[in-house]
Amino acid sequence: MFTFLLTDIFFYLIIFSLCIYINYVRKTPDIKQTWSHVFKNKTGIISSVVLSFFMLTALLDSIHIKDKLYNENTDQYIYTSEIKSLLDIIILPIHKNSEKSYSAPFSSHLYSKETIKINNKDKRIYPKLLHKGNHNKFSEKNSYNIFLTTLFSFLKTIFIIFLIYVFIFYKKIFKTKDFFYSAKLNKIFLGSLFSMIFVIMLFYDLGSQYYVLGTDKVGEDVLYKSIKSIRTGILIGTLTTIVMLPFAIFLGIFAGYIGGFVDDIIQYIYTTLNSIPSVLLIASAILMLQVYMTNNPLEFENIYERADLRLFFLCMILGLTSWTGLCRLLRGESMKLREVEYVQASQTFGLSKFSIIVRHIIPNIMHIVIITVVLDFSALVLAEAVLSYVNIGVDPTTYSWGNMINAARLEMSREPIVWWSLFSAFLFMFMLVLFANLFSDVVRDAFDPRANKNYE
Amino acid sequence: MIKYILKRLIYAIPILIGVNLLTFTLFFVVNSPEEVARLHLGNKRVTQEQIISWNEERGYNNPLFYNTDEKGLNAFKETIFYEKSFKLFLFEFGLSDSGRDIKYDIKQRMWPSLAIALPSLLVGLFINITFALFFVYFRSTKVDYIGVIFCVALMSISSLFYIIGGQYLISKLMHLVPISGYAHGYEAIKFLVLPVIISVLYGIGSGTRWYRSLFLEEIEKDYVKTAKSKGLSESAVLFNHVFKNALIPILTGIVVILPLLFLGSLIVESFFGIPGLGSYTIDAIQSQDFAIVRAMVFLGTILYISGLILTDISYTLVDPRVRLK
Repeated sequence: MFTFLLTDIFFYLIIFSLCIYINYVRKTPDIKQTWSHVFKNKTGIISSVVLSFFMLTALLDSIHIKDKLYNENTDQYIYTSEIKSLLDIIILPIHKNSEKSYSAPFSSHLYSKETIKINNKDKRIYPKLLHKGNHNKFSEKNSYNIFLTTLFSFLKTIFIIFLIYVFIFYKKIFKTKDFFYSAKLNKIFLGSLFSMIFVIMLFYDLGSQYYVLGTDKVGEDVLYKSIKSIRTGILIGTLTTIVMLPFAIFLGIFAGYIGGFVDDIIQYIYTTLNSIPSVLLIASAILMLQVYMTNNPLEFENIYERADLRLFFLCMILGLTSWTGLCRLLRGESMKLREVEYVQASQTFGLSKFSIIVRHIIPNIMHIVIITVVLDFSALVLAEAVLSYVNIGVDPTTYSWGNMINAARLEMSREPIVWWSLFSAFLFMFMLVLFANLFSDVVRDAFDPRANKNYE
Repeated sequence: MIKYILKRLIYAIPILIGVNLLTFTLFFVVNSPEEVARLHLGNKRVTQEQIISWNEERGYNNPLFYNTDEKGLNAFKETIFYEKSFKLFLFEFGLSDSGRDIKYDIKQRMWPSLAIALPSLLVGLFINITFALFFVYFRSTKVDYIGVIFCVALMSISSLFYIIGGQYLISKLMHLVPISGYAHGYEAIKFLVLPVIISVLYGIGSGTRWYRSLFLEEIEKDYVKTAKSKGLSESAVLFNHVFKNALIPILTGIVVILPLLFLGSLIVESFFGIPGLGSYTIDAIQSQDFAIVRAMVFLGTILYISGLILTDISYTLVDPRVRLK
């Protein structure tokens, strides 16, 4: 049975509105023109391919399922309280089992010695891993096995890319020559698609035989933890914007377009919120939420809902503290637009304020909104890690890079050090934030009329 | 000028009142003092007497806004709002929930924060501007392109990695400086080097890009074309004209954060064990000492507003065309 957590529903909403927007762009030639700048750019294509894979992972991880169990005594089916996501089912071989404690990447033994009885004698040895690292598919020799697995995933990827090429590009190639604007960009698209699919294949194939990124303190696969963290990162980056956009857009336009008393009040509100250093505001709000949650534990059905609610509130609070910047920009822009001739003309023709806002103001401020949304995304992903470190981020039971880094602090100070948790969090976070940054640069260049286009 | 500053100070009052009301609502209305006490004492097996005495010790036992037991002005004075929120305006921060004098702590902890934040700002500024000028000089070439990509990569790394990585490399592997701690006087320098280096390193990506875009914006302007058509060399134009004019936004951008330097950096200070206001805030958050958090919110707001006022004043100083009304 499907179950829907609160953040799931909002994430579907985001995907849904994204689809609506894409449809809208396809119908509107001038916006399509602007967006096409993004996809005429090498960096734009590569980063959007990578980001869409991250989004896809987050989406798969947002479809949750409860298992059905057959109860023999009552002859009824009951649902377990454990919630799985579609992603969990797909990558089952990676996280099916867990070990006792730390083990290094690709290792076949635990990372620390244990006393084990062999032939009635106590011996201090590194125990063998139970589930992975000792069950090679192709060859007994580890390096040879890894090489063969890689080769095999490479071949599989070539096959998949070939299928994609045939099914998607077939028509386009013969009709309009190219899917993108030139053969070169076409190649870049296929190339980045190829590398993404290859990386995923490799992680999957190697991940079912080895602990590719090691295991953590309780023996959980670090690769699995990193993959699960993608959802948290993406949700914080996107949900926050969804929460803040209505505030920013409506208040910004009201303040700028209507002006007067309304403007004064809205200005007062955002100046006040803006004057509080944001970390302190977030901290205060989260602390109060914690007090509420510890005092009312009965309102939450299980730990999943509890953690989910905390994630949701974190996004709300981040949204409430971050709308002020956008609101100020939109206010300034709407004030400018109020004086523009075509708006003045519509006023003299007797168009209502509402229709002027919908027809003239909103379409002309959208570029600021889009630039802000993509720019904020990476900053929010980074903020999550810092907030989780301060204990005012996501719930400690939620998979997140912030929590992984937090745990890695202790691992770095133990002897010998455990570096793989930190490394994996770094790797995944860096990839997401880097490509989000590159993407936002391209988008800004395409949408910002003042961008330094000559020098890019 | 003085009239303008006075006007700005008066404008600041409603904002401070707003912030005050907001924190008051967050800390006392959303959760009653009783619930906060319950959290501190441990959720289960807490008797009503324990809660009452905990609140009494810290002065949370009064009514929120109006005390019906008292008469006259005291009816307003003997309330949580007056004691805990209004008194912030008089800079009376009171005692923390663990019984320490907040004002004394803040005074003590201001200076270590500044000792990290100020050098980080100055060194960072120097390095970022140097890099930015370098990239602008080589604009539209491979050097600029690779430089910008490099900056984006640096920007994409969380500050936590810089700190953990730096601590591991420099302190644990190379044993150059102590991992964490603090000493007063000249001894402090060896504890400050690493945090400053890491703060600077973390800021290079975004800082360089920001200054680069400022310079590029300036380079588009007409006076640059005039200077070039007069036959000035590229470097003369860049350093004598562009750099000087771009200094205006750079300087005013710095002035706004100057007062906030006292607040310190939350993460850097707590990682390096520096007894500044940043680690003070973190400790307060982690031990859920709400009195300190309230005081810091108020202090942060005041510093932010004073930064804004200073910015306006600095505009008139560096740019004679700007007049304040």
